Amino acid sequence: MIAIRVNGADVQVGGSRLRRLSDVLRADLGLTGTKVGCETGDCGACAVMVDGALVNSCTTPVGRLEAGNVTTVEGLSNGDTLSSLQRSFLRHGAAQCGVCTPGMLMAATALLQEIPQPSERQVEEALGGVLCRCTGYRKIIAAVLAAPEFAEDEMDPPAGKAVGSRVARVDGVAKLTGSDVFGDDVATAEALLIRIVRSPFHRASFVIGDVDGYVAANHGVIAVFTSGDVPGRNWFGVIPAFADQPVLAEAQVRHRGEPIAVVVGERDSIQSLDLDLFPVEWDEKPPAMSPEEALAPDSHLLHEGRDENVLVRGLVRRGDVDGALAASDVVIDASYSTPFIEHAYIEPEAGHAVRIGDRLEINVATQTPHMDRTEVAAIMGLDPSAVIIRPTAVGGGFGSKLDLSVQPFLALAAWYLGRPVRITYTRSESMMSTTKRHPAEVSVRVGADSDGSLTAMDFVGRFDTGAYASWGPTVANRAPVHAGGPYVYEAYRASTMAVHTNQPPSGAFRGFGVPQSAVAQECAFDELADALGMDRLAFRLRNAFTAGQPTLTGQVFDSGVGFKECLEALEPHWGRALEEAAEFNGTRSGKRRGVGVAGLWYGCGNTGLPNPSSIKIGVAPTGRVVLYQGAVDIGQGASTVLSQICADALGVDLGAIDRVGADTDTTPDAGKTSASRQTFISGNAAHAAASELRSTLLVMVGASQKGRLEFRSNRVLVHDQGKVFEIDLTSLAPDADGLAVVAVGSFDPVTSGLDENGQGSPYAIYGFGAQMTELVVDVDLGTVELLRIVAAHDVGRAINPTLVEGQIEGGIAQGIGFALMEEYLPGRSENLHDYLIPTIGDVPEIVSILIESNDPLGPYGAKGVGEHTLVATAPSILNAIRDAIGVSVRRLPASPTRLLEAIESR
Amino acid sequence: MQYANPATLAKALELMSQHDISVVAGGTDFYPARAGRTVDEPVLDLTGLSELGNIGASGDRIRIGALATWTEIAHAALPDGCRALQQAAVEVGGRQIQNVGTIGGNLCNSSPAADGVPPLLLVDASVELMSVSGVRTLRLEEFLVGYRRTALRSDELLTAVLIPREATGGHSAFIKFGSRRHLVISIVMAGARLVVADDGTIADARVAVGACSPVAERLEALEQDLLGLAAGEAAGCVANRHLEMLSPIDDVRASADYRRTAARVLVKRALDGCVMHP
Repeated sequence: MIAIRVNGADVQVGGSRLRRLSDVLRADLGLTGTKVGCETGDCGACAVMVDGALVNSCTTPVGRLEAGNVTTVEGLSNGDTLSSLQRSFLRHGAAQCGVCTPGMLMAATALLQEIPQPSERQVEEALGGVLCRCTGYRKIIAAVLAAPEFAEDEMDPPAGKAVGSRVARVDGVAKLTGSDVFGDDVATAEALLIRIVRSPFHRASFVIGDVDGYVAANHGVIAVFTSGDVPGRNWFGVIPAFADQPVLAEAQVRHRGEPIAVVVGERDSIQSLDLDLFPVEWDEKPPAMSPEEALAPDSHLLHEGRDENVLVRGLVRRGDVDGALAASDVVIDASYSTPFIEHAYIEPEAGHAVRIGDRLEINVATQTPHMDRTEVAAIMGLDPSAVIIRPTAVGGGFGSKLDLSVQPFLALAAWYLGRPVRITYTRSESMMSTTKRHPAEVSVRVGADSDGSLTAMDFVGRFDTGAYASWGPTVANRAPVHAGGPYVYEAYRASTMAVHTNQPPSGAFRGFGVPQSAVAQECAFDELADALGMDRLAFRLRNAFTAGQPTLTGQVFDSGVGFKECLEALEPHWGRALEEAAEFNGTRSGKRRGVGVAGLWYGCGNTGLPNPSSIKIGVAPTGRVVLYQGAVDIGQGASTVLSQICADALGVDLGAIDRVGADTDTTPDAGKTSASRQTFISGNAAHAAASELRSTLLVMVGASQKGRLEFRSNRVLVHDQGKVFEIDLTSLAPDADGLAVVAVGSFDPVTSGLDENGQGSPYAIYGFGAQMTELVVDVDLGTVELLRIVAAHDVGRAINPTLVEGQIEGGIAQGIGFALMEEYLPGRSENLHDYLIPTIGDVPEIVSILIESNDPLGPYGAKGVGEHTLVATAPSILNAIRDAIGVSVRRLPASPTRLLEAIESR
Repeated sequence: MQYANPATLAKALELMSQHDISVVAGGTDFYPARAGRTVDEPVLDLTGLSELGNIGASGDRIRIGALATWTEIAHAALPDGCRALQQAAVEVGGRQIQNVGTIGGNLCNSSPAADGVPPLLLVDASVELMSVSGVRTLRLEEFLVGYRRTALRSDELLTAVLIPREATGGHSAFIKFGSRRHLVISIVMAGARLVVADDGTIADARVAVGACSPVAERLEALEQDLLGLAAGEAAGCVANRHLEMLSPIDDVRASADYRRTAARVLVKRALDGCVMHP
């Protein structure tokens, strides 16, 4: 036994002295606030303090800590009483999903012990070893800087004033104390461990050998499951008509990392198993690694019935594009390519399952519990009512946790073995097997007349959709609807195709193909403006989409279009930035400053498909309001936003509302957390539910609809026109959930499908934005230093400005990665040191400008904003680079190698 | 024997002589190489050997114990010629890595991108290797024999880095260069040390480049050409022929051509860094 001291308590630790401290903390001591994001020292989520020094607990053997003093995140607070640093994090919105938060807090605590009043640079250097994928880091820096003198406590807003105020996230305290329960934090010691045998090849056929012998020969291995063990259908997919992905491959694999077998057993045995010794014979076959190879006439077909390996084609067209381009004074023809992008959330896929009688309960990090339930039930041959999906806290999703990953494996093992089971992907497993952003080849021809008015655009996009369909059809359909950008054309045509290859499945990633198409469109616009001799911002303003104009699909909005206001908000910054750049470039050599701008739009919700959400709210006999919050909060803040909406709709304090987390047995289906839909769609459902509840309570006492509710212990007081009515909640028969009064609200935006020309009304609302980047290019090294990004976004109404800014800053950080450093290469960058995401030093000052166009369809006028914020970032950076050096980088990322090649090609 | 954490060097050397055993110091390379697996192999944990952690003068040499962490190196009182090493120390991973990662581990891991190597080449560093049969000292160039290969025998421990005081004169500078600000595996590293005589001419020079060859290289032809030049002319002296011995590769971080160009630029900047030293 090893004696160590953890958070002031003496503990004895058994087992090997080589065990990772992270494992001891989490598995033996139950201190699951320390997170494991990579086990390679690349992410810093597991950082703790040992004898006052910050260390990664995943690279620290516990054996050397004899008599050592370990401090974890659990040691920073006193129960739920937060330290000033934690309170500052909470108030600044410095924690989103919360999975990097413990590491950030530990790094900041170590800094503040050494330097009580650090500078911004010192904060950046001290936190540089901890990665965050949600926040864009700016609010973390602000929180640390403010921590030493953080006084608090801004009071929560008065009743009826929650919407529009910067209330702290309602689920924030648990994220700061480390007590929030993520996918890998549910299981207890008795749970069996699952590991997956995967293909090392991009394409191969295989034969599995003697499985029974393998189980017998390996102590602690209890069972192996292969495709034949799947009791229902051995395939799944987020879009039923295209479902094509095997749970466990049958005889052939189509991408590296594809699962072929599930191995289950005692935790220690399974953990030390060398899966390379699993009995399987592989026959590697030549893969199609790009759309070009897959489209070649001699390519093998990945899926029967998908001729030429084309999964789907998309088309939107209006008017005579070829005629309009031929008649244009200027036409620009430009092509760009973008690579696979990995979501790189800091929490790898993880979950826990248990069979209870004839039901399966699965606790898992997911963005879409009800879809998971449907799919798992079909895979298991069960009725959906026999499956419970209980979403854990989600340590980042960004689209990839919309698809099944660990769920079927958990279901199989728990069902057959009747014992609790757990699984957590390794970082490399997460990267090689889950979905990616589609690589894209995007080309535009775009024309304008000499007066500066756009004429037509012809867009062609080819997306590498990988081995399985996933969200490929969505990307191929959403991109052409958006590819022209929020601008007005005489004629428009966009055609896309999603092509299967032997690459990991491409799926949903913040923007569904729109970030890729925006690169081509917005970068071509700069070339067009230059050819016309026009200011680039003025060119966009002149052609900006406004209310009353038809969209590219012929839809017309009467209001709620704030794009022009976004561009206008940039104008003063633009003028200043251009002047400063000109002055800089007149006096220096070796470095060139540039300024770029890009606009964006993004439709909220599914594309021309039904998209309902239901939210339930009730009053318990105790007098507490209970919100049944089924809209999964993956860090973006849905729980907070919906609570704010409900509070104002009821006319009560935010603090009067409790929440029941998403759970397919308990909460109505609020739909998936995707497509920037929760604030808009579930927000409307929540508003309807809370309004209904209020109305019901008023009617119960015969009060007018102007009455004011006051929730007290066991009763509700209704104040109306000088009178006070009372409802005795204990006198009402509670329903099955124990609620005295309950209301359910639903909302489904009115949209229409697209016709054969892609015309129709696919979205009820669009959000708009424009971003401006200032940067310096080092022309000798081909590197970029970002100076500032100014982001103006039409969010309709900011329900919570801090959360909106968090979405803007986080989206911009991912856009920076997309533009400058991220490129997933299957088999080569399956870790977080070869696959680079921005660190705290890579995100510059961000100035957020919130435009509130007050959308008539949004709850309190609000629109979605989650995905919008990433779309304009990469093109605004690329445009600034072009402005600086006079030449375009056409292949992303604009790495030093590519940027220097571009500079040398001048 | 599964895990040993001896308190004396003698005991550690005895274990090395008797067992085929993996040596762990900071653990920042050892554990990542075993990600997703239970670690169950014989390990000698050196971190109990406090005698190997010291940094200090020893006669006409500076002795940096093999277990000195990057944080300790960054904060140590060292002559200006070691400033490049201290600049490298704060660029090794994040703070968590710097707090436990050791200079000895960095050298024994012998990555082409090891941050410690170019700065140590600037100061003519040697390594002290000990075993039960004795002590030997090798110049760093002799110790690092190839791509991830060293001259360390299986029964030996690297116990110290030795820097002759006479090689720590002048000013030095180091630049680590990658595609993002923190947590970078270098595309290229460059370091330089210049000793400038009273008349303003360069009396001694060292230049080294990392991540562009299996082992970081000194640019000795450039060092020769710099002698006698005015300090301000140093960067201008750098020519492609001075970098001919480099053999950069294409990888996920950069192309070989890019590395060549960047190495030249960074060498110039490192030389400028020596001249413009505060």
